[in-house]
Amino acid sequence: MVSISITVDDVTRNVDVQPRTLLAHLLRERLGKTGTVIGCDTSNCGACTVLMDGVSVKSCAVLAVQADGARIDTVEGLAGADGTLHPVQQAFHEHHGLQCGYCTPGMLMRSVCLVRENPSPTEEEVREGLKGNMCRCTGYQGIVDAVMAYAQTAQEQPAGDADDMGGADDAYASGAPSGAATEEDR
Amino acid sequence: MSTTTAPTEAADGEIGRARLRKEDRRLLTGRTRWTDSLTLPGMVHLSLLRSPVAHARLTNIDTGAAKQAPGVVGVWTGADLPEQGQMPTAWTVSEDMLTPPFFPVSVGAVKHVGDIIAVVAATSKEEADDAVELIDVDYEDLPVVTDPVAALADGAPLVHPELGTNVCATWGLDSGALGTGGSAAEAIRAAEADPDQVVIRRTLRQNRITPAYIEPRSIVVDPTAEQVTLWSATQVPHIVRLLMAMTQPVAEHELRVIAPDVGGGFGGKLQFTREEALVLLIAQRLQLPCKYTESRSESMQSSHHARDQVQELTLAARRDGTITALEVKLTADMGAYLGILTAGIPLLGGFMFNGIYKIPAYNFHCTDVFTNKTMTDAYRGAGKPEATFGIERMLDELAVELDLDPVEVRRRNWIKREEFPYATVAGLTYDSADYDQATDRALELFGYDELRAEQQRRQSSGDPVRLGIGVCTFVELSGLAPSRVLGGLNYGSGGWEHASIRMLPTGKVEVVAGTTPHGQGHATAFAQIVSDELGVPFEDITLITGDTGMSHKGMDTYGSRSLVVGGMAIVGAARKVVEKAKPIAAHILEADVADIDYHRGKFSVRGTQSSVTISEIALGTWLAHDLPDGLEPNLDSDNTFDPENFSFASGPHLAAVEVDTQPGQVTLRDYVCVQDVGVLVNPLIVNGQVHGGLAQGIGQALYEDIHYTEDGQLTTGTFADYLVPAAPDVPRFRTDTTVTESTTNTLGVKAVGETGTTAAPPAIVNAVLDALRPLGVRDITMPCTPVNVWTAIQQAAQQGQE
Repeated sequence: MVSISITVDDVTRNVDVQPRTLLAHLLRERLGKTGTVIGCDTSNCGACTVLMDGVSVKSCAVLAVQADGARIDTVEGLAGADGTLHPVQQAFHEHHGLQCGYCTPGMLMRSVCLVRENPSPTEEEVREGLKGNMCRCTGYQGIVDAVMAYAQTAQEQPAGDADDMGGADDAYASGAPSGAATEEDR
Repeated sequence: MSTTTAPTEAADGEIGRARLRKEDRRLLTGRTRWTDSLTLPGMVHLSLLRSPVAHARLTNIDTGAAKQAPGVVGVWTGADLPEQGQMPTAWTVSEDMLTPPFFPVSVGAVKHVGDIIAVVAATSKEEADDAVELIDVDYEDLPVVTDPVAALADGAPLVHPELGTNVCATWGLDSGALGTGGSAAEAIRAAEADPDQVVIRRTLRQNRITPAYIEPRSIVVDPTAEQVTLWSATQVPHIVRLLMAMTQPVAEHELRVIAPDVGGGFGGKLQFTREEALVLLIAQRLQLPCKYTESRSESMQSSHHARDQVQELTLAARRDGTITALEVKLTADMGAYLGILTAGIPLLGGFMFNGIYKIPAYNFHCTDVFTNKTMTDAYRGAGKPEATFGIERMLDELAVELDLDPVEVRRRNWIKREEFPYATVAGLTYDSADYDQATDRALELFGYDELRAEQQRRQSSGDPVRLGIGVCTFVELSGLAPSRVLGGLNYGSGGWEHASIRMLPTGKVEVVAGTTPHGQGHATAFAQIVSDELGVPFEDITLITGDTGMSHKGMDTYGSRSLVVGGMAIVGAARKVVEKAKPIAAHILEADVADIDYHRGKFSVRGTQSSVTISEIALGTWLAHDLPDGLEPNLDSDNTFDPENFSFASGPHLAAVEVDTQPGQVTLRDYVCVQDVGVLVNPLIVNGQVHGGLAQGIGQALYEDIHYTEDGQLTTGTFADYLVPAAPDVPRFRTDTTVTESTTNTLGVKAVGETGTTAAPPAIVNAVLDALRPLGVRDITMPCTPVNVWTAIQQAAQQGQE
C-alpha cells in the first residue's frame, strides 16, 4: 500500500492505496465520489473524465498514486454551494445535451477544459475536442450546442470557474500525467 | 425547427411545449444512483471466468487454487450449481422451434466466446478478478460455425449436437394465403414472362452490431430481508422479476426488482440475463449482498448483439416503376442461444418489408439459425431496420434498373394521404401519413435538385471525390403492442401497460408508471400529459417508476411503447381520477353530478360561477370529514391500457456523402430528415430521440461491425475496435416534422425512438452506392468503412475488365 494525499472537490483526503488502484476506482470505491462513472476498460469512452490540476484526464487512465498531491475536480464539485448550476451544467440542461446522463459527468469536465483551452471554439473544434468522450444517446448535437453556448457565456463572464477549478496555467506548471490526456486518437 | 403543420393542441397546454427536462439536475450534478454505485454492508464482489474459445467441451475445471486465493469467499462452476434453472425465451415463434439448453453458468460445454464457465466471489473486485486467473480449465475443442448460411449446409458443425440441426425455426407469411394480396411466387413468374416488367434479385447483408449502451450492466442482490432485492441496470424490471421467478429458485412474491438510474439501453438491456440469475443464486448461497458489474470487454462478448441477417430479395415491377411483387428470404443469425425475444426479432421485420408501398403480392420466409456466436436480440428498431434496409435498397435498385429518380420511383408506389387507414399486404393497418408533403419538405430543405446538379458537374469533371445522394422513406411499427396481436404471434406476454395516479393532499401528484426510463425523458413528458389532464402545474407532478415494490405492474420499456402505450395508460388513469372527483365536487358545490363540467383541474356547475379545484378536492378527500355517502376517501386510480392497434411513424431521410475513391473514405456531408411522429408532446425530446437514433444508424452504416473470425474469435471486442461514432463522426442533422395525428390513440401520438436507426442505414448506403455506381459498383458491404468501399471499387474495376 502507498499513502497518498489528494484533494477532491476542495476536500483533502489522505488514503492508502494499492499501487495498481486507478484514480477512477479510488474516487468511486473509497472516496464515495460516485458521480464519476466508468464506461469501458480501454480508456475510449471518457465517461470517467475529471480535472486533474485543472486539466481533463480520463481517471481510468491515471493511477491513484500518480494523483498524489494533485487537485481533482469532479462533476460533483461543479455546482455552487447554494446549488446554482455551473454555466456548463446550465448549458447542457438548456440545450438537451444529455439523455441517460451516463456520459454527462465526463462530457461536462471535458467541456470545462476544452473551453478553457479554446475560449471561442468553432463547432468543428468542439466536435474534435470532444472526440475522446462517447455519447450513445444524443447524437452529439445537443452537446455541441451546449458547449458552444457555454463558451459564449464564459466569454461574457470571464471571472468564474477558472478560479474555482484550478487554473489551466497552474495545471501546466504542475505537469499533467503523460498518456492520460482526454483526447484519444481513434 | 418549426413544424410545417400546426400541432392541433392549443398553445396554452403543456403538450407541445419544449419543456426542459425534470430529470436533468441530478444527472448534471452527479447525484445519481447507478447500480454499480450501490454498496451494502458485507457485500461481496463477483467476477466471472468466460470462455476464450467458441466451442469446446469442458473436460476439467480446477478451481482449487482460486478457492485458496486471498479474499475469496467461494468459487462455483455450472456443476456446483444444481439449483440453477434454464434461461427462458419468451417467444416461441413456431411449434417446431428448437430451444437449446442455456444455463447461467455453462454445464459441460461452451458455445461462444464469453460463455460463462465459473463464478468467483471475493471481498473485493480486485481479489475476485485475481482469483479468476487461477482457475485452470481443460478445453476439448469442438468444430465451430460462425456464418449463418454455412451453418445450414449439410455436414456443417452443429452448435448444439443434441438438436441434430442448426435450424432453430422457420416462419413465413404469404399474402396469398393471408388474403391480403396475391401470391408473390405467381406474380414473379408472370413478371418474368412479361416484357413490360422487370425482376430484380439481390442478396444483401445486415451487419452484426451491438447496442453499446455506455453504462455497463451491473447487478446487486441483497438477500437479507423477507423479499430479496435485486437492483439491475435493466430496461425491464417487471419482466426480470417474472422470468427470474419462473426459472430460478425464488418465488415472485419474494423478489423485488429495482432499475435505478439506467445509463442507456437501446434494447441491449431488454433482456433477462445469465448474470442477473447467477448473482441471485450466489447471494442466496452466501446469504450476503453480492455485486457483479461487467467490464466493457465482457459486455461486448456476452450482452446480446443484433441484426446479422442475409436477405435474399426479389422485386418485380412494371417498367413504369409500379411494384407488382416482393419476395423475401431471410437467414437470421441467432447466435448460440435464445434470449427472451431472439427468435422473433426477424419476424417483426416480416411485417415491414413492404414499407410505405402498395405492393400487391408479398411473401416472407425466415430461417432462424444457430451459430457459435453471442446471441442476437432486440436493438433499437428490432427487425424493422433490417426490413427497411432491404426494401429501401431494393427501391434504389429498381430506380437504377429503370433509369428513374429514386424519389420518383418511391412516389409512384407509396400510399397516398387519402388512402389511410391503409391495410397493408403484410396484414397491418397503417393509421395516417402524408408521404408527399413530408418528402416535398425534405427535398426542399435538402436542396435536392441543386445537389443532383452538383453531382453531375463533378462527375463530368472527373472529381476523384464523388458526391452521392441517398434516399430512404421509412415507416415503422411502434407501440408494442395489442395483446391479441402478440397472442397471434405466440409471443410470451401481453402488450398492455399500467399506470397509477396518486393525488396527494397538498394537491401534488405522483404518477406511477409501468414503463421505466433510461434517458427518454419520461418524467418530463408524462408530467406534461398529466398536467393537461388534471390541470396541476408541471412542477407539481413527479414520476415513480422502475421498482416492482412501488410500481407493481408494468411491461417496461421497449418497442417505442412508453408514450404510445404507457402514455395512454396515464391518460386513462388521470380520467379515472376526474371521474372519482366529480361526485365529490358536486357534493361540495351542492349540485347534481350531471351538472358538473370539468376542464383542466376545475370542476364547475354548468351555467354558474361556482367551482372547485382538483387540489381542493384532494385535500377534502384526505380529510374525509364531509364526503358523499358511500364514497371511499380516495381519488387515486389505477389503469391498464391495451392498445387496439399500432401507430406508424414515417418520414423521408436524405443523405449526402462525399466518397474519396482513393482511400475509400466516406464523409457524411449533410443529413436531412422530416419525421411524422404524430402529435409532439415535447419537441425538445423528440429532436433528441431523432438525433440519437441517427447517430446509431450512421454507426451501423459507416463504422460499427461485430466481427468474428472463422474460429469464432471476436475481433471487435472493445471500444478501441468497435467504433461507436464520436462527435466528429456525425454531421449537424437538419430535421423537421410534419404532423398527421395517429388515429389509434386519443393523444394522436406515434413513436419516435427508433426512427433514426431504421432509416439512416439505407439512406447512407444508397448514397454511397449512388456515388460509386458510375464506377460499376453494384453493392457494398455494411459498414461502409474505407476498406469495404475500396474493396467494392476494386472488385467493380476487375469485373469491368473481365
